Amino acid sequence: MRILGISGSLRRDSHNTALLRAVAELLPPGDELVLWDGLRDVPPYDQDLDDAPAPQAVQALRAAVTAADLVLFSTPEYNSSIPGTLKNALDWASRPHASHVFRNKPVAVIGASAGTFGAVWAQAELRKVLAAMGARVAEVEVAVGHAAEKFDDEGRLVDEDVRAQLADALAVLAAATPQGRAAASLLPAVA
Amino acid sequence: MSTTTETVALPTGTYNADTVHSSVGFEVAYASAGIFSGSVNTFQAQLADGVLSGSAEIASLVTKDENLQAHLLSPEFFDAEQYPEVGFVATQGRRDGDRAQFDGEITIKGVTRPATLTGTIAGPVADAWGNERWILTLETTIDRTEFGITWNAPLPDGSKALADEVTLKANLALVKAA
Repeated sequence: MRILGISGSLRRDSHNTALLRAVAELLPPGDELVLWDGLRDVPPYDQDLDDAPAPQAVQALRAAVTAADLVLFSTPEYNSSIPGTLKNALDWASRPHASHVFRNKPVAVIGASAGTFGAVWAQAELRKVLAAMGARVAEVEVAVGHAAEKFDDEGRLVDEDVRAQLADALAVLAAATPQGRAAASLLPAVA
Repeated sequence: MSTTTETVALPTGTYNADTVHSSVGFEVAYASAGIFSGSVNTFQAQLADGVLSGSAEIASLVTKDENLQAHLLSPEFFDAEQYPEVGFVATQGRRDGDRAQFDGEITIKGVTRPATLTGTIAGPVADAWGNERWILTLETTIDRTEFGITWNAPLPDGSKALADEVTLKANLALVKAA
């Protein structure tokens, strides 16, 4: 399984980027997580540009999504919602509507915040946006609250409960990809 | 005062829908503001000795707002990738004059539920090419949530944007098979 990891935070020491790195460390041999680092380079979405060649950063994002079996987002929460930069990138990625790269793409959302609730509202908003785009949103949620206490100074996850939640989420996600669904379809049907 | 009921049998033989002159679609109340409708472009229907059946490719669904296409075909609505077809199979058909009724089962998003289609029947008419035609105009109302299509969004007053009740409509021009 090839996972594209997209962190909604641009901050150098982002807890959400660190959370995706922690996921990468849990992957079995053969699976990989590639972190997308182009969020900063995506220009403001402008519908007037739909017919022009997309900006390079947008083309790179679309190619990265296409190459991935699953896209895993980790989002912080800004003003009870998702960061504008992340929404902007998704607005770009979801064009043209008839054939964009997120249609039927397995996706999942996790998140971390410095406060108590682990970005649960931003996660819900992001799932709503992804579903409206036509993505296949997996039913996983990992909400890492008080994130500053869950990572060390090097950005390494030091909380075993969170690590166990991530491992559980990965098990669900393995079944959410086309390969996983194909394997599940070989099981006897349940009436 | 007396009433007279004219009961006539459904036509025997096999009739296939002329899909150019037929349509299959849905209507649902949206945001208390009006009706949102859509139709499928790729479908087939058949009336064979009074038994009506039909299916449609849900990926051929069209609405007036193409921006909604991706969402409608996604898992929150029809999940076209997993469930590419919707269908109806009648177990019993009846005709009463120009009224027609078909009891059967409808399948949407992999869920099969009983449904009764009611409407009108007209025919036989001979078309310009000498073929025998019947015109069936049918509809039924379903609760989309029973088929796992549960998406909704709250409006500012707290009510739901999209009704659960959906009317399915089929206008079928059925041509006798050669």
